[in-house]
Amino acid sequence: MDINKDLMAASSTPLVLAILADEDSYGYAILKRVRELSGGHVEWTDGMLYPVLHRLERLGYIEASWEVSESGRRRKYYRITTRGRTQLAEERRQWQAVDATLREIWSALSLPVHASPLVLRGA
Amino acid sequence: MAALDCAIRIEEQIEQWRSYLRRRQAIRTNDVEELEDHLREQVSALVGAGLSDDEAFLVAVKRMGDLDTLSREFAREHSERLWKQLVVTPGATGEPGAWGRGEAVVAFCVAAIAALAVKAPELFGLRLDDDTGFYARNLSLFVLPLLTGYFVWKRGSDPATRRWMAAAFVVAAVFANVYSFSPGGYTEVLAAVHLPIALWLVVGIAYAGGRWSEVGGRMDFIRFSGELFIYYVLIALGGIVLTGFMLAMFQAIGIDTEPFFERWMLPCGLLGAVVIASWLVEAKQSVIENMAPVLTRLFTPLFAIVLVAFLAIMTWTGHGLDFQRDILIAFDLLLVVVLGLLLYSVSARDPRTPPGAFDVMQVVLVISALLVDAVALWAIAARISEFGFSPNRVAALGENVILLVNLAWSAVLYVRFLRGRGSFAGLERWQTAYLPVYAVWAAIVVIVFPPLFGYI
Repeated sequence: MDINKDLMAASSTPLVLAILADEDSYGYAILKRVRELSGGHVEWTDGMLYPVLHRLERLGYIEASWEVSESGRRRKYYRITTRGRTQLAEERRQWQAVDATLREIWSALSLPVHASPLVLRGA
Repeated sequence: MAALDCAIRIEEQIEQWRSYLRRRQAIRTNDVEELEDHLREQVSALVGAGLSDDEAFLVAVKRMGDLDTLSREFAREHSERLWKQLVVTPGATGEPGAWGRGEAVVAFCVAAIAALAVKAPELFGLRLDDDTGFYARNLSLFVLPLLTGYFVWKRGSDPATRRWMAAAFVVAAVFANVYSFSPGGYTEVLAAVHLPIALWLVVGIAYAGGRWSEVGGRMDFIRFSGELFIYYVLIALGGIVLTGFMLAMFQAIGIDTEPFFERWMLPCGLLGAVVIASWLVEAKQSVIENMAPVLTRLFTPLFAIVLVAFLAIMTWTGHGLDFQRDILIAFDLLLVVVLGLLLYSVSARDPRTPPGAFDVMQVVLVISALLVDAVALWAIAARISEFGFSPNRVAALGENVILLVNLAWSAVLYVRFLRGRGSFAGLERWQTAYLPVYAVWAAIVVIVFPPLFGYI
């Protein structure tokens, strides 16, 4: 399943903030976590995560610090800030509203998800 | 032995990949390091899953994404690093040289049209020496619509925005010409001065080309305006030298070129240079990159010292300000300079770097300017009834309030940033959100003031 680009871009902020709210992390680990949580449905192009992280940093939602990893390489770790937590709560509220609305519509829709134009034409 | 070979080969490959990344101006060394860490982690995970080193490297690079797209994403986020690349239409492939030449031709044509446009009214009997008022009021209308057109051509824009821009220019042309100003009166001069300010916003919308709603797009426009100003001054200096030689040389052979200079060279050069300077800012960014921030760095401490010394000595000696009638305009100019210094250091600053000594200097500058201005306003308020409300004074007072509000809130945001309570992005957002305020006030001065003050 391919998720479209806009949806991917919109969900990147809450996803990254939520993962960092759980614990401090770095780029690769964040991506891995996203992949696990979505069961492989959400596939980001790896590099694209970094501009997102830098944007959140600029907005003051997360902070970065360079530390030395267990492999001996310098690694940039990210930590969520208080502002980031506030933003996360706000994002969560908004997404829940969207989600609730969509659920309503799905249940009101009598057609099954896989109803395609082909089936309708056949009927 | 084979394992060692493999390890060497993969190091070489990573080194090569790194050098590709480094060539991208939008991606800094630190970012390359961060991405490299990611790549290595990915490679070792894939090797752990049973892939060979080569395969793992290929997969990891592929997953990292196409370098062009990646560097465009970085450029979008870090626009202060290379705002010039951003304004070049994304995906403008093809031959860069040919594109550059084509654009130069267009720019020179637009400049020539602007230069001729200012002479066009003469066909209808409006002469520069007799109808100075007409030319003064309409000066910006000879060039800014063309400049806007140039940016629309370059960046594109949706039809609705284009209609709005055209409407703005038509409205401006109407208001510049319908009022029956008393010749050389205050309101006419005010209208002539404020119309370009109001219309500059329209140029900005065309310049940003769909990114006007973003902080980044507006910040690019602020950068553009500063660089344009510097280029324009440089071109003007060159023009003065050229004129001096021309006048002197032709004088030597008994020909007086002054009428030619006054009637053609000055007005045409003045307007054509706006377009040429804009094009130069666009095309030659890498040559004199970011002059405005350099000058800012130089003059922020100096201005801060002068202002602080002024405040200290005024308090020490107990001298009140000696007020001339139009002192307010001088203080407006001071605030404009301080705002400019603030704006251009904000525009060049990487929002992620922590506060430093220069930031403290910036805050000192802003706060001391606010104090000086407060003293001036206090003194004016006491005597405003004596001076009376002339259009000039109301306009100057309005501008003073607008600048004061901007700088006061900027100071609050800056102090918050210094104390770690806010991000630098907040200051950027405030400055970019404030841009329309200037244009709205300028439009009020152009449209409302003349009837309000009886066209004096």
